[in-house]
Amino acid sequence: MTSKKVHTALPGPNDIYREVLPNGITVLTRANFNSPSVVISGYFDAGALFDPDEKLGLADFVASALMRGTKKHTFDEMYNILESAGASLGFSAGVHKSGFNGRALAEDLSLLLGLLAEALTQPAFPKAEMEKLRAQLLTGLAISAEDTSEMASETFDKILYRDHPYSRPEEGTPETVKRITRDDLVKFHGECYGPRGMVIAVVGAVEAEEAVRQVKRALGGWQVRGQKEPPALPDVKPLRKTISKHHRMPGKSQSDIVIGTNGPKRRDAEYMAASLGNNILGQFGMMGRIGDAVRERAGLAYYAYSSLYAGIGPGSWEVSAGVNPSNVTRATRLIVDELKRFVQEGVTEDELADSKANFIGRLPLSLESNGGVAGALLNIERYGLGMDYYLRYADLVNAVTREEVLSAARKFIDPQRLAIAVAGP
Amino acid sequence: MKNPLTVTTLSNGLKVFLKEIHTAPIISSWMWYRVGSRDEVQGRTGISHWVEHMQFKGTPQFPANVLDKAISREGGTWNAMTYLDWTAYYETMPAAKIDLALRLEADRMVNSQFDEKEVASERTVIISEREGNENEPLFQLGEAVQQAAFRIHPYHHEIIGDMADLHAMTRDDLYSHYRAFYIPNNAVMAVAGDFDTPSMLARIRELFEPIPAGPPPVRVARPEGEQRGEIRLSVEGPGSTTYLQVCYRVPAASHPDFFPLIVLDSLLAGPSNFNMFSGGISNKTSRLYRALVDKEYAVSVYGGAHATVDPFLYSIVLTVHPKRKAEEALAALDREIERLRREKVTKAEIARAIKQARALFAYGSENITNQAFWMGYSEMFADYGWFESYLERLAAVTVKDVQRVANEYFKPQRRVVGTYVPLNGGQA
Repeated sequence: MTSKKVHTALPGPNDIYREVLPNGITVLTRANFNSPSVVISGYFDAGALFDPDEKLGLADFVASALMRGTKKHTFDEMYNILESAGASLGFSAGVHKSGFNGRALAEDLSLLLGLLAEALTQPAFPKAEMEKLRAQLLTGLAISAEDTSEMASETFDKILYRDHPYSRPEEGTPETVKRITRDDLVKFHGECYGPRGMVIAVVGAVEAEEAVRQVKRALGGWQVRGQKEPPALPDVKPLRKTISKHHRMPGKSQSDIVIGTNGPKRRDAEYMAASLGNNILGQFGMMGRIGDAVRERAGLAYYAYSSLYAGIGPGSWEVSAGVNPSNVTRATRLIVDELKRFVQEGVTEDELADSKANFIGRLPLSLESNGGVAGALLNIERYGLGMDYYLRYADLVNAVTREEVLSAARKFIDPQRLAIAVAGP
Repeated sequence: MKNPLTVTTLSNGLKVFLKEIHTAPIISSWMWYRVGSRDEVQGRTGISHWVEHMQFKGTPQFPANVLDKAISREGGTWNAMTYLDWTAYYETMPAAKIDLALRLEADRMVNSQFDEKEVASERTVIISEREGNENEPLFQLGEAVQQAAFRIHPYHHEIIGDMADLHAMTRDDLYSHYRAFYIPNNAVMAVAGDFDTPSMLARIRELFEPIPAGPPPVRVARPEGEQRGEIRLSVEGPGSTTYLQVCYRVPAASHPDFFPLIVLDSLLAGPSNFNMFSGGISNKTSRLYRALVDKEYAVSVYGGAHATVDPFLYSIVLTVHPKRKAEEALAALDREIERLRREKVTKAEIARAIKQARALFAYGSENITNQAFWMGYSEMFADYGWFESYLERLAAVTVKDVQRVANEYFKPQRRVVGTYVPLNGGQA
């Protein structure tokens, strides 16, 4: 980029640089010299789908263990390098992919990539550190078990996904986490980690060629033979009727509610229509129609909103709210009524125009920071959206019609077949 | 990267900061009022936060649900926050649309309606917000510790307010609070982004200068006296995890000792991140992590200072390890505090703290909203010079300063120790 004014600054083919290294790693970079900092972000195929049922939480354990010591450095040495530079680097596991996020001053990019490579390719899983980590993971689970919103969400996934892998908690359960041995960690890393399928984005105050050169130096030599293919994902069977479950948590002041159903995959044709519909349902302005009904008119909740989670597999379309335990029934009814109205009447022309303007207008804002751009580049790569996706974005949004929103709503939401989860007293 | 900065005060006392940044077609506009829980007396606790909520409930020109939709429609994002010392509102918008935000802020500085019905519905919303907070063990513990640390000063109560007051306050209470504090001479406006300074300033004058100044707000003058001994307390509640919160009374942000305190914080617990729109870094090589988490007295530790107008608290929070008792974790913490008071820190440790601060600043400057944030924020407890000279003043901190500050403030007589005792098992 030569011009100082970067006013048409949406990422596109002219300023995203993409290269696939011989070992299979895809590198995406975009320079931004507005601040002397740099972000790295990426993912690889070593998600919780690989977890055996009796060892749920294994992928998460491995990801958390990577920075706990390598063949070259102890845990404390690694973090000392990182934190002395004011840099950060963390790994986490999702269902399909595991990933990492890091940031540093641009002058420390090679340090950051060096630690990334070390953690990915040479973790040592030191025994004492693994036991410390296990205690931390178990405490994390104990804290989640006391969190009404976590528990409502977990209960919801169990109702909606039943025997599908998506019903399984990525962090595992106390029983399964206790069962995981150091050998399990070593084996999982050996079989599931590797350069094939890995994507890394580098965004910040570094030229594209330099960024690629540095990634190559750090990770270009990584080879893994027999890297496992991710398991196939079964279909999700839709609910036949509404199922409600209440997870009892005595002593809490507030109950959390999650109500919803299956949603589209990110690559489904209905995704954009569903996404605009969701904005109208429970996002736009003060949390859309849901916020209007539950918070603004009834005064029942501080938060009440809807979310569309669309990824590689079948996603979910959820409404969440936190209310006084005595208002659970009333809030549930208000939410279900809004869902009925949504699938019966659809959205108005004005509502749709507002949400389209919102989607298009907020785009530059979401792409302002290096982290925002890195996320956008990974999004393009993961879902094959095309390098010009953000340039075409306004057209894609504007092309959606009211009819498409309505048919997406009807395809996914059936008010007679909802998953309703409550966690609270 | 230096961007041109303009600072001026309008004839009605409204202080205006303008910073041109042409890296993205975005403008972030902030309105800061010097009003927060520090300005509240018993019976009216939580009133500043509730007034903030009412500022979204409409004026004759921008009725309630028109307002939020208008901002969203233009692709903007907006929010507000109430703190101990201040209340802030911001809108970050595509540059061409910023006028809406300016008109809105000028309008709601004087014309908010505080309709009875809206007050009634917001009462239950805020009660629900408080109930959500009460679900969290760390809220329960933090509230108890703060109450114990301040008996006289209004930092005594949580910003959200006491449940009794949330039930009792009236529309007129809220409206008088609004009228008393929402005046141009009690506000700072900060705008950063892709604009031309002369025309932005002209527009701000046009919109805001007609608003008359008001009588300077009366402040609650109840300074906290000296603490005469360590305070210990416990809070019981659901859960199986024990938490420990240890708070030391420390000076205000404008006090010269605040900078040595920042250095001390960095090496004790990892650097505090004052950016509102950019994350911090891990603290796994801080002294407390090494002594408490590595040694398995705790599963996590966080510490941090707060930039406040009056002396507030340096707070350390431990999640106690399931195989330890709270007293064991406290003893381990005390050994580290004692070491800090007895042994000199090294120059290398100070240099490291400065590098960490420099990195956090760089991350914070990636986004325009955060840059606009800093101009008003620093004015609330010091002045913008505080922010601009931050790295320099950290660099001037000496080994002696750090030790002196550790000795002066980190002693048992200046602290409150709170334990969250879980009722569903776990050791306490």
